[in-house]
Amino acid sequence: MATVSTPNGFSLDNAGRRVVVDPVTRIEGHMRVEVNLDSDNVIRNAVSTGTMWRGLEVILKGRDPRDAWAFTERICGVCTGTHALTSVRAVENALDIKIPENANTIRNIMQLTLQVHDHLVHFYHLHALDWVDVVSGLKADPKATSELAQSISPWPKSSPGYFRDIQARLRKFVESGQLGPFKNAYWGHPAYKLPPEANLMATAHYLEALDFQKEIVKIHTVYGGKNPHPNWLVGGVPCPINIDGTGGVGAINMERLNLVSSIIDQSIEFVNQVYIPDLIAIAGFYKDWLYGGGLSSTSLMSYGDIPERANDYGDKSLLLPRGVILNGKLDEIHEIDLGAPDQVQEFVNHSWYKYADESKGLHPWDGVTEPNYVLGPNAKGTKTRIEALDEGAKYSWIKSPRWKGHAVEVGPLARYVIGYAQNKPEFKEPVDQLLKALDVPVAALFSTLGRTAARGLECAWAAEKLRYFQDKLVKTIKAGDQSTANTAKWDPSSWPKSAKGVGFTEAPRGALGHWIRIENTKIANYQAVVPTTWNGSPRDTKGNIGAFEASLLDTPMADPEQPLEILRTLHSFDPCLACSTHVMAPDGQEVTKVTVR
Amino acid sequence: MSIETGRPVLVLGIGNILYADEGFGVRCVEELHRRWSFSDDVLVMDGGTQGLYLVHFVKAARRVIVFDAIDYGEPPGTLKLVRGADVPKFTGAKKMSLHQTGFQDVLSAAELLGGELDDILLIGVQAVELEDYGGSLTAPVRARIEPALTMALDQLAEWGHPATARSTPAERLMHEGIGLAEYETGRPSAEDACRVGDRRFFN
Repeated sequence: MATVSTPNGFSLDNAGRRVVVDPVTRIEGHMRVEVNLDSDNVIRNAVSTGTMWRGLEVILKGRDPRDAWAFTERICGVCTGTHALTSVRAVENALDIKIPENANTIRNIMQLTLQVHDHLVHFYHLHALDWVDVVSGLKADPKATSELAQSISPWPKSSPGYFRDIQARLRKFVESGQLGPFKNAYWGHPAYKLPPEANLMATAHYLEALDFQKEIVKIHTVYGGKNPHPNWLVGGVPCPINIDGTGGVGAINMERLNLVSSIIDQSIEFVNQVYIPDLIAIAGFYKDWLYGGGLSSTSLMSYGDIPERANDYGDKSLLLPRGVILNGKLDEIHEIDLGAPDQVQEFVNHSWYKYADESKGLHPWDGVTEPNYVLGPNAKGTKTRIEALDEGAKYSWIKSPRWKGHAVEVGPLARYVIGYAQNKPEFKEPVDQLLKALDVPVAALFSTLGRTAARGLECAWAAEKLRYFQDKLVKTIKAGDQSTANTAKWDPSSWPKSAKGVGFTEAPRGALGHWIRIENTKIANYQAVVPTTWNGSPRDTKGNIGAFEASLLDTPMADPEQPLEILRTLHSFDPCLACSTHVMAPDGQEVTKVTVR
Repeated sequence: MSIETGRPVLVLGIGNILYADEGFGVRCVEELHRRWSFSDDVLVMDGGTQGLYLVHFVKAARRVIVFDAIDYGEPPGTLKLVRGADVPKFTGAKKMSLHQTGFQDVLSAAELLGGELDDILLIGVQAVELEDYGGSLTAPVRARIEPALTMALDQLAEWGHPATARSTPAERLMHEGIGLAEYETGRPSAEDACRVGDRRFFN
């Protein structure tokens, strides 16, 4: 093909050589990208594909809607709670079940805890390694590292001796050879820009964050009854409140509330004194690496989340912003109606599914998941061993969700840009402060680093909101309201013969919706449209490319065999792959395969 | 009841119950917990696919038994014991997603945080089928649950933590809707929900 211009404003050229990046897990597949490079190794075409077929209706059809959350909790090891929450909201919406105020507050605390935990772990334990060269930290001067740390934060763990110890521990692991924890990476890649001292400091915080994250998840144990798979309940939350109790099994008492309160204080401190200063320090070395913006400067969407008032999912009640921005018009926020048949639609022109009429999209309530695995004429390889996809034909197991026909980006950056455009001070002010600290213009936000920065700011926001909702809960309980569940419609005999509903949340990685149809008290259809479907979608009927594909364009690669730049940008979306444990092969398998053709 | 933060002996089942034999580890601990109780030093846990959520439980333990599906190139359905330093442990930094955090990463992270294990035993089964989404254990793998439990019980006894057979039913380890029996009997028929398309096509 020659150069093609997409309706959403991008120019694609697949003439140059093709680089394939494919994650390898025990369950094969999930997500892979292919890019074409020009003679200067700049990405001129990008193809994002989901290589795994799944559909919730396949496991949920005919089951009890009140159990759906437990299945959706198993889809993924990271998004556990957010799927469960979306599921119970969908069932409540279908059956018109109202939840008590305390249940709403506790759910918000669960969801905000997930945001704080996920963002923190994502930054330190996945994404930071795209910017931080751990091995380079071995060359750092501990004293200079201490001076650097103290210049950016009052965080107390910053003495030369502390960094010397960390360095010694690090050396031990790096030198342990094959089984060393940081073995599989692109250390020494020319795209790493931090000095050794910044690398050592960030690595120390990698370890501290690893240790601290275990505290955060205790909040899930308190309100979810257990961890790692917290309990959820249609109609409220499953934890009773017994404020005067002393350690009754599972009940929330004052001791538990105090524990949560203390963890929230620590979380706020850690995020503000470690995560945010690190983010600013690291970003400061990459100010000239402003690639990866993709759709973020033009088309963004957020469903909104964290309802201030129970059962009020309107945009006035939702503390995370709700709306859609199209064509870069920041002064016009479109309203979302998830039940409207012409708004959220999924297309399958380039997906391995069959519709009766593929020129049209289907709303999730009417969603159909019928596989149709065919390769286009220009694909290379065979059906069981694809070497290169043909993006002119069907090429992904991910459908193409569109909002009124538009491809949009979802996630923290979308939420922040929409909040900024709505002039909400709690989103606008931190962004302006960050831009000022880094001395970069607003346009710098529309980039891989902008996405990464928005996630950090949102982590701080979520930690503050945890404090707010925890205080609200304690106040309500002290005023005598201990109710946490509404069981009036628990019995299926109280349900209508047919019902349909939609539940939504803002997962850490973006807008998440579950659409359910209930017939004769059983699930008749269940469709989830997940954030990584929005961001990782293939082209649609009109040829619009999705967020992943758009974000990779025009990025120069230092070494196509070591696609650090591609991983950087994809990681900035915090993509979700279907989780398996993919463990326990004897030979320490590589987790990403790169092929240059 | 205090917040569970880990115990000296951890018996962990890991894997994704939605992918056929990938559910082996979780189904093992489900059955172990259903039939046996242990001293307060032993924590039996459904680890699912939780990755870093499990780090502190591993770090807190001195002895660990892990049930899991494995890929050691053995004939499908083979039960394999792996012990101590032979249990793979590393951190893959080239991940495409945090969702690729495997148990090797968990072991390695626990060690990075100063955790020290006296002993670890992996009781693994070579999977027959991993890609039947919504399906359950295949017959050969299901038949390995019983011998796998025997191995674990013997090991726990050797460590000084003999099991006690339950005389009354225990509180279930996982939400009842996804217990093995409910999971299997409630599966939509192939006519109701298309099952083809499960196979991966990429290499």
